Amino acid sequence: MTKLPTSAVAGAPHTALLGLGVYRPSRIVPNADIVEAIDSSDEWIQQRSGIKTRRFADEHETVQMMSVASARTAIERAGIDPQQVDGVIVATVSHLLQTPAVATAVAYELGLNRPVAFDISAACAGFCHGVALASDMVRGGSAKYVLVIGVERLSDITDSRDRGTAFIFADGAGAVIVGPSDEPGIGPVVWGSDGEQFDLIRQREDWRDVLVAETPEMPHLMMQGNAVFRWAAFEMAKTAQATLDRTGITVDDLDVFVPHQANMRIIDAMARSIKLPPHVAIARDIADQGNTSAASIPLALDRLVELGEAKSGDLALFIAFGAGLAYAAQVVRVP
Amino acid sequence: MATKTDILTDLAAIVDEIAGVPADDVQLDKEFVGDLDVDSLSMVEIVVAAEEKFGVRIPDDQVKNLKTVGDAVDYIESAQS
Repeated sequence: MTKLPTSAVAGAPHTALLGLGVYRPSRIVPNADIVEAIDSSDEWIQQRSGIKTRRFADEHETVQMMSVASARTAIERAGIDPQQVDGVIVATVSHLLQTPAVATAVAYELGLNRPVAFDISAACAGFCHGVALASDMVRGGSAKYVLVIGVERLSDITDSRDRGTAFIFADGAGAVIVGPSDEPGIGPVVWGSDGEQFDLIRQREDWRDVLVAETPEMPHLMMQGNAVFRWAAFEMAKTAQATLDRTGITVDDLDVFVPHQANMRIIDAMARSIKLPPHVAIARDIADQGNTSAASIPLALDRLVELGEAKSGDLALFIAFGAGLAYAAQVVRVP
Repeated sequence: MATKTDILTDLAAIVDEIAGVPADDVQLDKEFVGDLDVDSLSMVEIVVAAEEKFGVRIPDDQVKNLKTVGDAVDYIESAQS
């Protein structure tokens, strides 16, 4: 039997986020445009979610288009040649052409050099899953510069008549380049799932069930809000603490807290639970962006940088959680 | 073993801290939603804080039965025993 030779492939000792780019869709949709279908009010929505407006994509702003736009900025800010990108990971649950992966089309449209390209399905936790995978790929020598994109067009799969979700979900894209670094720029990931709670946030029905219905309708997202709130605000605070412990820092070492922008009430409860000190800037992009699932963390970080509340080199805690239930968290240096 | 009065005092402090309702207003006959204006998400936070404080488990499907402060005090008392 021939032994497999010891691999001569060596990865990078450390990885970092090298560049960040986002795409915010063009249609600004205030609560006033949402309330009639759900018999609600601007005040009620703001009180329960902190959302004032959100953005919906127009017909030209497809998952692929928003991915490419955010990626172009990320590549440019990373200061690398597009030809150097040898991996593309797209995290999304709203690319409605189920196969092939949109990552391959994104790579082609960007003019990349036939990189490994695939999509991942981890819902709102997708971006942090992508960053962890990309970092391991670079450290393992499987790729050198990996483009990670979180992108959603949740407006396509949101039921505008559902009081529990119609005001929450929105559209957008964010991208980063993960690459080699002399110093650690991406800490160890803490991630996992709880499939016992599979039904808390899900596509309402299987496509095959839709097709046999008398009047077939898009299988919308549904969510059991209170149960999700409990899990996200309290269980995820424990995951945040575990991530700091695993990284070897404390909450006092953080500069920025960038949780998935699920609901302002979750963000507030989580910040209280983990006892964030006042000097830590908290991302609150949800107020005028809505919950953009896999896109929310890069969008929220970009907003903090734009506002001057986060700067290059700052230590940021990312924590993302959602349908599955799936979650992932890591500490990173802001690119 | 905590008495009903002890539980009410501690629960009132929790409701005050989380929902900003003055502790004196948190009386056994008051409804969380109707009288104290506690919304469903604040109710979840109150339940989690109460679980920690009283060392009990209050499952999601029980929360909807806790309409008044008295319901919650009774539930906590029986869960502790």
